[in-house]
Amino acid sequence: MCLGIPGRVLRWLDRSPLLACAEIEFGGITKRCHMACVPEAEPGDYVLVHAGLAITILDAVAAETTLATLDRATRDSNVTGDTSV
Amino acid sequence: MPDPPFEPVCSIPQFVDADCITLAYGEGGWLTRRFLRERILSRFDNAVLRAMHDAAVLDPTSPRIAVTTDSYTVSPLFFAGGDIGQLAVYGTVNDLAVAGARPRWITLAMIIEEGTAWAAIDAILDSVQAAALVTGVAIVAGDTKVVPRGVVDGVFLNTTGIGEVGASGPMGMGALSAGDAILVTGPIGQHGAAILCARESFEFDPPPVSDCAPLAGPLQRLWDSRLPVRCARDATRGGVAAVLHEWSQASELGITVEEAALPVRPGVRAVCELLGLDPIHLACEGTCVLAVDRTAADAVLQLLRCEGDMPLASAVGEVTPSRSTPVRIVRSMGRAVPLDEPAGSPLPRIC
Amino acid sequence: MKYVDEYRDPIRLQQALADLRRRCSRRWVIMDVCGGQTHGLLRHGIEDAVSDVLELIHGPGCPVCVTPAEVIGDALHIARDPRVILATFGDMLRVPGPQGSLLQLRARGADVRTMLSPVDAVSWAIQHPDREVVLFAVGFETTAPATALAILQARELGVKNFSVLAHHVRVEPAMRAIASSPESRIQGFLAAGHVCTVTGYAGYEQLAQACRLPVVITGFEPLDLVEGLRACVESLERRDSSVVNPYARWARKEGNPAARQLIDRVFVTTTLPWRGMGRIIDGGLQLRGDFQDYDARMRFEVPPASLHCTEDACLSGEVLSGRLKPPECPLFGKACTPATPLGAPMVSFEGACAAYFHYGRTSETINA
Repeated sequence: MCLGIPGRVLRWLDRSPLLACAEIEFGGITKRCHMACVPEAEPGDYVLVHAGLAITILDAVAAETTLATLDRATRDSNVTGDTSV
Repeated sequence: MPDPPFEPVCSIPQFVDADCITLAYGEGGWLTRRFLRERILSRFDNAVLRAMHDAAVLDPTSPRIAVTTDSYTVSPLFFAGGDIGQLAVYGTVNDLAVAGARPRWITLAMIIEEGTAWAAIDAILDSVQAAALVTGVAIVAGDTKVVPRGVVDGVFLNTTGIGEVGASGPMGMGALSAGDAILVTGPIGQHGAAILCARESFEFDPPPVSDCAPLAGPLQRLWDSRLPVRCARDATRGGVAAVLHEWSQASELGITVEEAALPVRPGVRAVCELLGLDPIHLACEGTCVLAVDRTAADAVLQLLRCEGDMPLASAVGEVTPSRSTPVRIVRSMGRAVPLDEPAGSPLPRIC
Repeated sequence: MKYVDEYRDPIRLQQALADLRRRCSRRWVIMDVCGGQTHGLLRHGIEDAVSDVLELIHGPGCPVCVTPAEVIGDALHIARDPRVILATFGDMLRVPGPQGSLLQLRARGADVRTMLSPVDAVSWAIQHPDREVVLFAVGFETTAPATALAILQARELGVKNFSVLAHHVRVEPAMRAIASSPESRIQGFLAAGHVCTVTGYAGYEQLAQACRLPVVITGFEPLDLVEGLRACVESLERRDSSVVNPYARWARKEGNPAARQLIDRVFVTTTLPWRGMGRIIDGGLQLRGDFQDYDARMRFEVPPASLHCTEDACLSGEVLSGRLKPPECPLFGKACTPATPLGAPMVSFEGACAAYFHYGRTSETINA
């Protein structure tokens, strides 16, 4: 794959196009990441970081929708939780 | 120790360097003697060492002693949470403690790269001194060699530890039985994460901190309690996974652990996620794995948490009769899958 | 960790799994394209949990796996130069080339370093002006923007002692090659979600239509994988060959134009070999003419690649294209193990063969 980990943008360090970088927080630790591909990201946004470079910004609505849809689908199908396979 | 009869007042400048050690310090003669007096005896003074015999003569009170030896080549020498000196003492003491022995004496052999700063050497020796004080071991013998630049990476240490075996301790790997509980005494993977990040200059804020710490105190209380502990092993290189594989191979039994039960500090977890590593494969230097009779698991945990100052001690799995799937881990899907045995040092992944 | 833990939730996973299983009216054949998905499917026991209702074929694998041995030979050649600091990803170090691995070369004194980002290599070049820093860059379209950024930064900062040995590959042409093979048994694809964050998935619509199979943009957490399979089965049951995207939180149809623009500034599409699969038309990227100055092959006069490597007996081509399961290879677990890998899929932890070796040998349900 391409190991991609979600992190939260804390603050921009440089907004010039090629040297763009920001401080990103991942589960309690922070790391400088390159931001050339997500110039529109703002502090508080979640980005997906691969090889030190943020490659996409989270669509928080889509994330909510996916989980909600999933939970509704499983509720509707009245699963007992017994999945003995 | 009698004072040296003669020490040149006017030292020959090329032999002595104010900032760093040179080959001359390892060549015998007055520089070596001065090194011993000013840097070794001044820190580790005790009756056995003071005798300055070629061999230390010890007076054990127990008829059985335990001996362990280890070499320390950690790079970098100083890392978040510790340094090579502290690591050497605690590592050796921990090896004795998990064998059920009370650590008493330790030897200290140093191989030092010429040009190593005195400040670094002193810091390491201070750290050895402090760790020995904390664990109540006496440095009773030692050796110092200085080698040409590039032959070793800064400082290598070798320590041999001698402990006295008491009346109670772990039973040994032969006692492992299906149904035994597997416990860890604290959070896992911290030392491995700290060293990897320090060595490769992976910058995280805060950096992962080594768990380098002595286990002798809490384990001695455990042995004194006579609770039925089958075996104990400090989870150093290869982490908890390596210990489980070793036990499984020695006993021809299986071991299954639950990922969710393994205590992992958030910083270590995050570093592992970012580097594509699993904390169960990373070294610990202050956490050990125990196999205990299942009926005593709660009592052991209670003792470690309350009296042993190990609040995160946890039951993480059990010994199984299966030989076909020796070591397995249950992750979020609730299914046991084989846990691979570590090979080589962990490398961060991109894929 | 937010946006990770939710997708490892045991209760949701059990429910999604039950739902997936219920939807399967027959044993569909689905390929997961990316090595990370293979790894996740085995690591979490998902493959084991669905193997009676679905046949999973593990695809070309990770970029490390598909890097040809001769390219690693080029890296070894360059790293032997005492001026060179070779910077690459940790998982590349163990991959066997024609004369050993970079890890073995490092043991003999070569300066080979592990980086977390290709951009790190530019910093190292600035820190070591007396050395030549060579970035050995591999990866799918996910990683190519980081390599492109490193090159563009080096040019912007006037860093001369920096060059790149690149073997970036493009996933969609490889999927097309696999799906259009007459021997292909694949009925649906899990596409690599992180590749799609960059490329988008408009290109897959044509593939889905042409090959008449559904393509599902799929992430890497266990719930993402189960969801990907579920979406794929849903399409298959409806005989619907379209592209669906349950990974919409990160991947969008148009991908990331800024990332693609970085790639396009530095690279052009070309035909490149994939290890075990041969040359794939449009299956890779090469440096544009105006970045030749950064081409390490030219700077270090790399000789034409020797094609001799240890893959002769290895059936990785069959494995990578989904025609053979790793345990069906006569070398699997015997002559070829993670400690003695013959072909690339046994090398990387996520290679199809290594993943089978680590996780696939036996597993069973704890709470069955």
